[in-house]
Amino acid sequence: MSLSMTLTVNGVKRAIELDDPRTTLLDLLREGLQLTGTKKGCDRGQCGACTVILQGRRINSCLALAISHDGADVVTIEGVAQGDRLHPVQEAFLAHDGLQCGFCTSGQIMSAIGLIQEGETGDDPERVREGMSGNLCRCGAYRGITEAVLQAQEVLGAADRKEVA
Amino acid sequence: MNSFDYVRPATVREAVAAATAPGAAYLAAGTNLLDLMKGGVARPSRLVDIGRIPDLDRIETLPDGALRIGALVRNADLVRDCAFARRFPSVAEALLSGASAQLRNAATVGGNLLQRTRCPYFYDVASACNKRSPGSGCDAIGGENRLHAVLGWSEACIATHPSDFCVPLVALDAVVEVEGEAGRREIPLEAFHRLPEGRPERESVLDPGEMIVAVRLPGEAARFAAHSRYLKVRERTSYAFAVVSATASLRMEGGRIAEARVALGGVAMKPWRAREAEPILADARAEAGLFRLAAEAALSQARPSGDNGFKIELARRVVERALALAAAGTPARMPALPASPLASISGDVFHG
Repeated sequence: MSLSMTLTVNGVKRAIELDDPRTTLLDLLREGLQLTGTKKGCDRGQCGACTVILQGRRINSCLALAISHDGADVVTIEGVAQGDRLHPVQEAFLAHDGLQCGFCTSGQIMSAIGLIQEGETGDDPERVREGMSGNLCRCGAYRGITEAVLQAQEVLGAADRKEVA
Repeated sequence: MNSFDYVRPATVREAVAAATAPGAAYLAAGTNLLDLMKGGVARPSRLVDIGRIPDLDRIETLPDGALRIGALVRNADLVRDCAFARRFPSVAEALLSGASAQLRNAATVGGNLLQRTRCPYFYDVASACNKRSPGSGCDAIGGENRLHAVLGWSEACIATHPSDFCVPLVALDAVVEVEGEAGRREIPLEAFHRLPEGRPERESVLDPGEMIVAVRLPGEAARFAAHSRYLKVRERTSYAFAVVSATASLRMEGGRIAEARVALGGVAMKPWRAREAEPILADARAEAGLFRLAAEAALSQARPSGDNGFKIELARRVVERALALAAAGTPARMPALPASPLASISGDVFHG
């Protein structure tokens, strides 16, 4: 059974022929579109490594059926930098050692981008940790991750204020 | 994962027609169903994707003051609805204590009610499970069962219902609106889930093909808003199912409780309304001794189903503390760790 769908991935609209309705959004991104920055950790919605922004909100792409999201807009880790200029969240993860092995990092960064857009944590590290609890880091880089999210939020907030001014 | 036919109906009527066939299952976000399908626990031959059906994602206040929440409303959208969170703060707290931000961005109201148990023997297709495979037995009995049911269980099944959301909903008399081939009907949430008895595979009173279209909170439930809490003990701080949880909603008049609602989670195969506790609390002074009496009444029918006797005393203490928290007043702002047992009872209060 072939199923036709479209997906706008990192701003580019793609026409896709799915050969199997069982394909998850994660597998479509990684295997269909060769966007392997999004990681498959547990594949069961428990680790957050597969986090992407779907229709403006962070979700676990391993628990999303691709065909169900026909026509949707997806942003993956490959779509957040502008050319050679890293996204402020990426910069902050580097500055604060928010990673060791790096396997969870793209999911952490996409989740942090979603969290900052949601705008509900303020500068409270406890709220940041709670908001990031869907992303596990087996290396235990949580302290650096929390610091990175707080700093990136500040940078992005300052940029917003500049735009308004 | 087994293969399946995929259909995407445009209306509730079409969806019901497509889902009445044997082997069909509704797909909303899929955050639980896809996981079950990957493990071979659920093997639907047809997925009826209801995600595009219009109007099921609306939150509306009805003329009688009830809040009607469409079945496809995402957990995160419901929590961000100010009218909802202000009028039903314990429901918001329960939602925010469940799953992760990513899952709450996807998971729906209807799916929450219909999520399956997290019993590891249900998930493990090599284990005997009367729920997954009727008549095969129950490996949880005599197995690793410290997290299993202490209320309403049977010799056929000792699993629990994992929802946080349903616990305050059942305390506040929520009603489930469903549609099937015979038309629409309404079911009180308290009567929606079935206890296992001899047929643990039947988890709700839904007929084949019937789907949830909305959940309704009665307007009167908002009178508890100033004193409503949800408290959830987990084995880690965040992103874990309840070992035991409880909600308490009080209508206070001066220092006295005029009316009380209490329910428990993680103790049975349904959200457990503790009706025995409520009359004890009514028209009484809010104090520790009273909370203990109410907690003892709430668990009076409890018995261990294995190595989980500790859950009975734990549940009593969670009820007591939920009552103390509710009496102190709904916090002005959602706590950083919603429903956390680590928080102190004092703090800013809403308008209690």
